[in-house]
Amino acid sequence: METVFKRPHGLTDKAFHYCPGCTHGIVHRLVAEVMDELGIEGDTVGIASVGCTYNSYDYFNCDMIQAAHGRAPAVATGAKRSLPGKYVFTYQGDGDLAAIGTAEIVHAATRGEKITTIFVNNAIYGMTSGQMAPTTLVGQVTTTTPFGRKPELHGYPVRVSEMLSTLEGAVYVERVAVNNVQNIKKAKAAIKKAFQVQMAGLGFSIVEVLSICPTNWGMTPQNSLKWLEENMMDHYPLGNFKGKDLEV
Amino acid sequence: MMEQIILAGFGGQGILSMGKFIAYAGLEEGKNVSWLPSYGPEMRGGTANCNVIVAEEEVGSPIIGKASVLIVMNQPSLEKFESVVEDGGIIIYDSSLVPVKPAREDIKAFGIPATTMAYELGNATFAGIILLGKLLGETNVVSEENFEKALTKILPPKKHFLIPEEMKALAMGRDY
Amino acid sequence: MGEKILMKGNEVIAEAALRAGCRHYFGYPITPQTEVAHYMAKKMEQIGGVFVQAESEVAAINMVYGSASTGARVMTSSSSPGISLKQEGISYSAGAELPMVIIDIVRCGPGLGGILPAQCDYFQMVKGGGHGDYNLIVLAPCSVQEMYELVVDAFNIADTYRNPVVVMGDGYLGQMMEAVEFRDEEPIVKVEKPWATCGSKLERPHNTTTSIYIDPDVLEAHNNKLQAKYREVEKNETRVEEYNCEGADVIVTAYGTVARIVKNVIKEAEKEGIKVGLIRPITLWPFPSASYEKYADKVKGFLCVEMSTGQMIEDVKLAVNGKNTVDFYGRTGGNVPTQAAILEEVRKIAAKK
Repeated sequence: METVFKRPHGLTDKAFHYCPGCTHGIVHRLVAEVMDELGIEGDTVGIASVGCTYNSYDYFNCDMIQAAHGRAPAVATGAKRSLPGKYVFTYQGDGDLAAIGTAEIVHAATRGEKITTIFVNNAIYGMTSGQMAPTTLVGQVTTTTPFGRKPELHGYPVRVSEMLSTLEGAVYVERVAVNNVQNIKKAKAAIKKAFQVQMAGLGFSIVEVLSICPTNWGMTPQNSLKWLEENMMDHYPLGNFKGKDLEV
Repeated sequence: MMEQIILAGFGGQGILSMGKFIAYAGLEEGKNVSWLPSYGPEMRGGTANCNVIVAEEEVGSPIIGKASVLIVMNQPSLEKFESVVEDGGIIIYDSSLVPVKPAREDIKAFGIPATTMAYELGNATFAGIILLGKLLGETNVVSEENFEKALTKILPPKKHFLIPEEMKALAMGRDY
Repeated sequence: MGEKILMKGNEVIAEAALRAGCRHYFGYPITPQTEVAHYMAKKMEQIGGVFVQAESEVAAINMVYGSASTGARVMTSSSSPGISLKQEGISYSAGAELPMVIIDIVRCGPGLGGILPAQCDYFQMVKGGGHGDYNLIVLAPCSVQEMYELVVDAFNIADTYRNPVVVMGDGYLGQMMEAVEFRDEEPIVKVEKPWATCGSKLERPHNTTTSIYIDPDVLEAHNNKLQAKYREVEKNETRVEEYNCEGADVIVTAYGTVARIVKNVIKEAEKEGIKVGLIRPITLWPFPSASYEKYADKVKGFLCVEMSTGQMIEDVKLAVNGKNTVDFYGRTGGNVPTQAAILEEVRKIAAKK
């Protein structure tokens, strides 16, 4: 009998604690598959951040460092500078990366740190139960925008990929989604390319992954995917913002 | 012996460097030394001062409570530090820049028109060296020989050609 | 030993770190310690080390956290307001048991305060300015020579105990030039770091650097383990200078630059027939309590002198434990306690029956 599907070596056998329908599991798997395919697990250090993925260090099989809220890019900077021949990635959510950690991500990118950031954007704070994120859409109801996000009160949702792609140090920037098989394949290709860009020492690489949070969005997983397609993709268009043609 | 020297003037007059020359020379002589600068915003175009201690014994506090010598290159510094000089201590001041002489009579005061003399020598930066000449003449803080050695160590090689002239300026101050 | 050379305290800190094998420095500029960064920026580039000017103190300490996680000898330096910003990362580092050296060249506060020397960071360093039950090992030099020696020791102690070590000096110690004599070879303690997150090579199970333990019993066990380590540090690493204490009428206690002023006071007091001793803690944590206990019933009283409104005095009082009086004299704002003022306080205590 031929094995056609198995747990990638880059993931431990620990069961995910994520909610039913959450797409973190898919994104974790993609990162692990990329580590497997590139054969870099033993030379990779991942940085877990604060949020739903605080304990992703239990799921990834590579060496892992748990960082304070928002500080993953700074921790990754320290780790990569001390391990210039290794691969360092951060795995961060939208609250971690785009609110409390804005300074760290912008400066890691502009310094051109040779690290890869996996940025999971689900437009809400998951861990702390559904508060407004910097990426929450206008009109979106959260526990801290109970009547919907209003620009006059809460400002506008931030487009991280567009913003970071203006920086010289950020050489590979792509936004993907994990809403269907086709997009999941594209997401994996982007994550792989981001690691290859790091491998080639070209600069900072980031893949923004549009994801769903059925629990805090208050929808079924199917409806969540539909909501992502109908609402998030308008404000956060998929595609490559930088580095599409980089030779790696 | 222990000399506790306060040097003070405007930023840019080379006050901190004068202090360093003495400290380095003290070290050349095998003595214990400390050099403590004023630092921070007051350095930006304001007043500068430093505390230099040269001693045969261990240097305790690097902060001078009572100075044995005060060298000043402007009027405000004289006014600020005159009272800090110990009884029988020495005040050396640049009389081209300090029009009002020290009021105290229990100290030895030496006014030298160092800046004017330095201009006449064709190098305004020698004013400090001239004042240090009087310090070396009036105290046993360091020998001229060790002062010259210190200059050789501190100044970058491309400035070593200046050393004979600096030593001449030093002698002028000593003999004034 | 080489020849004696004159160097600024801040430059000596950087040179000592390099000699101790530190090749990774992350910092953010702040007066009065910036010369550390200047020196590091130049030397690290020349020798192929790592120097990063971070975007903030917050980022700098987290870079140190990341670097230390890989097993590197790493340092950051700052001054009081910058240390306040680093406290988050320091708490995480203590929790994750990361060896690192943190330099604090203290200036006066609170708030933006001023840039002149002070000792008002005692609480935030010795008592833990961040959250949680943890201790930093805090070394307090009083001369440029001792600054050099303690920075080298700091790296060894940090590696030995897997704990952040602080070298804390007031602004004067950073800015002052004194003679320093470097050793030909540093006493570097090599410590294996099998816990380092530096890539598993697939030769071992993956390592994790973390300070999070969601299960209460697991976290409590972790805390108990940290406390056991701290007791070990107290036993092995407590350092103090007792000067002129035998038969003293009055014992003055002070650290850093202030201790040197006290040494001058001792000479002056002797001329008046007052015998003054000095207890100078070299480690502020662990605090050398035994030295105070030893003299508690032998002197007329203790005097604690600080460039603060009274921080170390709390530990002195705990050590004296009510067996004698502990008076206080302090100055703030960048002012320094003068010999004359300290002597006056000493006279009052000496005059007691």
